[in-house]
Order: sequence, then C-alpha cells, then structure tokens
Amino acid sequence: MPEALTHHLPALQVVLTLIAAPLCALVGSRWAWSVATATSIVAFAIAIALFASVLDGTVISYHMGGWAPPLGIEYRIDILNGFVLLIVSGIAVLTLIYAQKSVAAEIASEKHGLFYAAFLLCLTGLMGVAITGDAFNVFVFLEISSLSAYALIATGADRDRRALTAAYNYLIMGTIGATFFVIGLGMLYMLTGTLNMADLAQRLFDHGDNRTLRTGFCFVLIGLTLKLAMFPLHLWLPDAYSRAPSAVTAFLSATATKVMVYVLLRFLFAVFSFSFAFEGSVLRVIVLPLAMIGIVVASVVAIFQDDLKRMLAYSSIAQIGYMLLGLALVSQTGVMASIVHLFNHAVTKAALFMAAGCFVLQAETTSIRELRGIGRDMPWTTAAFAIGGLSLIGVPLTVGFISKWYLVEAFIAEGWWPVALLIVGSSLLSFTYIWRVVEAVYLRDAPEGVVRKEAPLSMLAPMWALVGLSLYFGVDSSLTSAAASRAANALIGASNLFWQ
Amino acid sequence: MDSALALISGHFNYWMGIVLMMLGLYVAISRGNLIKKVIGLNLFQTSVFMLYISMGKVAGGTAPILTGKPDTVYSNPLPHVLILTAIVVGISTTALALALVVRIRESYGTIEEDEIAAIERKLEFPKDRPA
Repeated sequence: MPEALTHHLPALQVVLTLIAAPLCALVGSRWAWSVATATSIVAFAIAIALFASVLDGTVISYHMGGWAPPLGIEYRIDILNGFVLLIVSGIAVLTLIYAQKSVAAEIASEKHGLFYAAFLLCLTGLMGVAITGDAFNVFVFLEISSLSAYALIATGADRDRRALTAAYNYLIMGTIGATFFVIGLGMLYMLTGTLNMADLAQRLFDHGDNRTLRTGFCFVLIGLTLKLAMFPLHLWLPDAYSRAPSAVTAFLSATATKVMVYVLLRFLFAVFSFSFAFEGSVLRVIVLPLAMIGIVVASVVAIFQDDLKRMLAYSSIAQIGYMLLGLALVSQTGVMASIVHLFNHAVTKAALFMAAGCFVLQAETTSIRELRGIGRDMPWTTAAFAIGGLSLIGVPLTVGFISKWYLVEAFIAEGWWPVALLIVGSSLLSFTYIWRVVEAVYLRDAPEGVVRKEAPLSMLAPMWALVGLSLYFGVDSSLTSAAASRAANALIGASNLFWQ
Repeated sequence: MDSALALISGHFNYWMGIVLMMLGLYVAISRGNLIKKVIGLNLFQTSVFMLYISMGKVAGGTAPILTGKPDTVYSNPLPHVLILTAIVVGISTTALALALVVRIRESYGTIEEDEIAAIERKLEFPKDRPA
C-alpha cells in the first residue's frame, strides 16, 4: 500500500462509509446491499490494518485536516479503540451478509436503498465515536449513529407497527442522554478551555478537584449510562430491540451499547483519570449497586418473556451490568474483564439475535410458545441458538465462561466475595431463561400443520461464523485476553500517570 | 441580600438556562402528547445552546472578526461554532421525531401516549388469548 494512503487510514475508516451512505440511497434498492457490503468489508480491512499497527503499544495520532491538536481535531488510536473498531466493523460485515435475505423479507423493497444508507451512517457514527480523540467530536458521531439507529428501528414498522413508538421513545430518551453528555462537556470546557481528551485530562488534573468538575462528571456519567442502558435507565432498550428488524437488532445489540461502554471507559479512565476520590466513590456507591440490581432484575424479567427477542433484550441489560461491574471496580483485572466481556457479549448476542431473525424469516414468529418443536425443522439455527445460550450462561468452552471467570477473579482479588457469588448465582437465572427456550424448541411437539424450512445459507453462514468465534475464543482466549489486558494496562497506566 | 442579587443578575443568562433546562426536561417527561414531548425536548436542547453561548462571551468583547487593531477584545468563537453543530443535530432530531409522530398518527390514529399504550396492550393481549 502506498505510504500516502496508509497515513490517512484513520480518516478513511470513517470517511469511506460516510460517502458510501448517500451512494446507497442514490443507486436504489437493487444495488444498495452490494455497495453497503463492499464498503463495510473495506472498513473492516482498514480496522484490521489499524489494529495490527497499534497491537505493539504504539499510538496513532492523526491530525484531521492537518491542524495540530489540541486546537485541531485529533483521531487517536490505541489498542483499546483499535479493538473496538475491529469489533464494530467486523460485526457490520457479518450483519450485512446476513441482512440481504432477512431485510428482503422484513422491509418493503422500495425502502432498501434508504435502509442501507442509514445502516452505513450508523456504522460511520459508531466507528467515529470509537476513533476520535476529541470530546465534542464524540457527541457529533454519537448523534449520527443514534439518529440513524432511530430510523433503522422505525423500519421495523412494516412487520410490527409498535416499532414506531419504540423508535420514538428511544429518540426522546437517547436525545436526553446525549444532551446531558453535552452539558457535562460544557462544564469541562468552561473549566479547561479545551476539548481534546488528552489535553483535557492534563488540565483537569492541574486544576484539581472542584464543584464544576464534579457536576460535569455527573452529567457525562448519566448521559452515557442512559445511552448504554444501565438499569434503571434501560427503559428504551427492550422495545427498541424486540421491534426493530432482525438484522438491525443483531447489529445494534452487538455494537451500539458496546461503543457506549467504550466511551464510558475512556472518559472515566483517560479523561477524569481517577485523580479525585469523588469519582471512585460515585462508581462504587452508585454504579456498582445499580449494576448488581440490574443483573438480577433484568434476568428475572427475561425469564417471564414469551417473545424471544424481548427475552434476549432483557438479557442484554443484565449483560451490560457485568461490564459495568468490571469497570466500577477500578482495578486492572476489573477493567480487563469489562473489555473481554465487551467482545464476548458482542459476538454471542449478535449470533443469538441472528438466530431469532432466522426464526422470524421461516416461522414468522418470535413467540417461544409458537416456536415449539422447531429444533427438528431448523436444526442448524436452533443449534446455533443453543450454543449462544450456553455462552450467555457462562458454560466452560464458550466465551461467556471466560468473561465471567475474569470478572469473578477480579472481585475475589479485591475480597468482594458477595459480588463474586452474585455473578455466579446470576448464571442460574440465565440458565432458567435459556432452558425455557431450549425445552420448547427441542422437547415439545410442533404445533399441528406448521411447515418450517431451514434458513438460507447466507443467513446461517454469518451466524455460525459468530458461534465459531464464541467457541474458538472460549477455548483459546489468549488473543482476546492479551488485547484486553494491554488495553486495560494502557487505561489504568494513563490514570496512574496522574496519580504519581 | 446584595450578594444574592448580584449572584442572580451577574449570572442572569445561566439562571435562565437552568430554568429552561428544567422546564424542557419536565415537559419532555411529563406530557402525554407526542408533539408536546418534542417541544419539551427542543426547550431542553436550547437551554444547552444558551449555556454554551454564554460561556463564550468575554466582557467587553466584540464579535470575533479581525478589526486590524491590536487592542481589540474578542469573544470566544469556539463555543458558538460548537453550538452551530449542536443546532444542526437538534434540527435533525426534531425532524426525525416529527416524522415518527406523523407515522404514528397514520397507523394508530392518535398521538396521545395513553391511547397508544391502550391500543398496544390490546395488540399484545387479544381477546381470544387469555392475558
């Protein structure tokens, strides 16, 4: 690759999909899918190249438009957001391959051009949030991804008109969250006069603790936790996930909340840098208990759902609780467990929602009651769902076990036995809701007179690719845990720098 | 008393920002009419614009256009530019929200939250299936 091109890879990562989005809308429904898929494959290739070059600990700093930071906008890629970029673009490629048949069945064909345009915009926004080193730029990309996500969810109205109200409620709550985030940024800007994250961290540290900083911290924290659906700010999530088209749910569940967890990590550790006791105590006194309550409540609610997608959505809220538990611990192992789980849950949940999408395509229902006996008609889909379910529970040889292992280890290392027990105990709740589905699809007889075929290969292949990943990294987790460990070291190291 | 007055008059735009912020948030949360919710959201966002623009003001400063004189005091243009972006975001959000409200009105025949909830409940628990 020519030198000039490799130098601009960070910009291309975001710009390429941004340009391809209107192109999708222009070429019309017939070619939109091809354009979107080709672009996402290129984006994935760029993410791999970027990740490979930051793996050894180097930090790429790209100056947008040639303006040097802190005045200009800086794209800053280290191992943590390189990893997040890889997850987001990789899931996007797999979902787009999956989407062709699924979207054709669920959305009216004249809308496909616009649908894929919105999809690429959402991808642009999520990658932009991950790649940028400028705090206000985070907000702009956040809104690009959120606005297109609202539109994507609303396209579910062709199948279920309740998608409209789900998208509307998500819009109201998402906008309140994003606005809280901007208010927080405003406080920080008033205090420091800068928006570059690295510069912000240095100047906040020089200023020391004060009330504006605390207020800004709280606004940023609430805004981000609303966006990532921390209990009790999760109300938008179950409706949005269960009524969106299957491909959209698979994509958003694996990327949108995960990217928000990344932003939270970045702000907590790299911007606020824990130089002030206040932040640590907010995390331990407020975020940690809420995460624990969220895990239990969401898992219990999931047990009583008849709608498969809704059950998985509640399980997502519980899983986000695990990620918050890890980061609220403010230790290297805790943060590492969060990052590992971020990857593991993205892979697992995308596969599970893809399986639900296959059921929608072939059986035209997501009701667990009506899906009974489908294990014999759709063996591959059902098996993928079962393995994904095992990973949610945290059974050994799946990725779910790896993340729970690190999480329990982190809490035991700090001597927090009750939390470690809760993590293990909550697996029983996951087991209950997964077993309800497994029992229905494998052990019950199919309803009379229902004919169901196996899903097409183009949907099975990406789903099984994700299942394969969740098994592979469940057996040999050296790659993910090494990346997560280095990312956690970099984050904690950055905040330790200020401690001394 | 004087210091309290000074606290209010000296930060008048900030106080109004807070009032607008709380009003907007309250309207967005409490109203059942979907259009009113959007208006509340707009108020809420506008208060943040005011907050940013206020912080860019430098006492005695003029608009940030080069005058050529070395002793001119300029206001800080950066928050204004940030808010231009935020206004665009706000407009897109409002447009999308209103488009959704139009679609909701078309398929539900109402834009009152409780009536929509009643229709959805009926959809979820039809008469032939025990609730």
